[in-house]
Amino acid sequence: MSSKSFLSEVMELSGQNLQACYQCQKCSAGCPVAYAMDILPNQILRHIQYEHREKVLGSKTIWICASCYTCSVRCPNDIDIARIMDSLREMALRSGVPPGEKEIPLFHSVFLDTIRSKGRIHELSLILQFKSKTKDFFKDAALGWKMYRKGKIKLLPSKFGGGKEIQEIFKGFEKREGAGSQS
Amino acid sequence: MKELSYYPGCSLHGTAREYDESIRGVSELLDLRLYELEDWTCCGASSAHCTNEDLAIDLASRNLALAERNGRDLLVPCVACYSRFKWAEKAFRETPQKIHFPYQGRVPIRYVLDFFCEDSMLEEIKKRVSRPLKGLKVVCYYGCLTVRPPQITGIREYENPQHMDRLMELLGAEPIPWSYKTDCCGASLVMTRTDIVKKLSGKLLLMAKEAEADCVVTGCPMCQANLDTRQEEAGKEVGNPVEIPVLYFTELIGLAMGHKDTKKWLGRHLIDPVKVLSRRELI
Repeated sequence: MSSKSFLSEVMELSGQNLQACYQCQKCSAGCPVAYAMDILPNQILRHIQYEHREKVLGSKTIWICASCYTCSVRCPNDIDIARIMDSLREMALRSGVPPGEKEIPLFHSVFLDTIRSKGRIHELSLILQFKSKTKDFFKDAALGWKMYRKGKIKLLPSKFGGGKEIQEIFKGFEKREGAGSQS
Repeated sequence: MKELSYYPGCSLHGTAREYDESIRGVSELLDLRLYELEDWTCCGASSAHCTNEDLAIDLASRNLALAERNGRDLLVPCVACYSRFKWAEKAFRETPQKIHFPYQGRVPIRYVLDFFCEDSMLEEIKKRVSRPLKGLKVVCYYGCLTVRPPQITGIREYENPQHMDRLMELLGAEPIPWSYKTDCCGASLVMTRTDIVKKLSGKLLLMAKEAEADCVVTGCPMCQANLDTRQEEAGKEVGNPVEIPVLYFTELIGLAMGHKDTKKWLGRHLIDPVKVLSRRELI
């Protein structure tokens, strides 16, 4: 368990001064996905100030955020809220707190696995891999067929070098994270 | 002839194929020579920056290092890739210790729309417009990352951008003012929370319909895919059927310059653009 306060951890990782927030709620007013969140963006900031680690890291909000940056550009105190959401997602994955949304973090992990094994995203492989985890094989099957007929689905991934370097990048992270958890 | 490095990004090899084809097509007519970056790899996209900032920087800066080696400007058509590259460039300036590839922050990173909207390129395009898009009513849909955040994109008019509108005017089309230029379509949530994408995209399409636009024009492969391929479902979601083609701005440049392959590009859309273009006697 970290001895640092939740607030200072978020401030450090995101590089944002959360204490500047005076709850004007402009971030939540302009957020296009606020309607689907369980905690509004301005409330997230307040919860962080109150050290509500589990509530924030286990929220739907941090995964629903679409990274559109509307909040960040409108904040009168120049707090990059979208950047804070990135940091919170990163912290949530490391924390072991069960995520408030199941499929979104799963999708990210499948996406990154695809980069790791192939170097590029071959869309069809990504989708099949994701579906093998969600078991929802019929969703979008008809749409996929229509897109195939328009020449939008590439059946095989392209061949290129560089894959090895990508694997090195991921291995480096595993090593660093392994070392981090031992210290 | 101007030479540029070209980083297509993953979606231009798949769902955004007509964007890739039309960029290559119009570049040829504009005396631009594109060299696809050899051995490019994925920029990391949403999934990297959403879950691991350092990984996001590594995946982006590997490509920047490749581009820097050959000394040409780097042309990037996908705005999500562009954004990741610009963030990595910023990371190099602010925290160079986070960069693990031989990248010195020297390669100019150019987003295709911004590049084509520069004065010198507009002049070149203007010279070659042989079939002006007379009578074609368009709404320019910039989306999020094309303009936001401005410290990354350099776009000053990020709440009401005008550059694509000016380009459309130059092609002879009629850009209609509307309030949804920079609203979000839901982006990468399409695979996981399709309901959100349908709702946001549905609203955008409805507003385009209310503005009486013939088509929506964009420069983002994610926006195009969401608005085009999900259109039928999006219309149902907002309780109002819509049928409005969603085109890449490069397809319209190609059409106005009379590129021979324009019809092939237009044939890749799910919502057929040929109908409305022939009604306006442009095809």
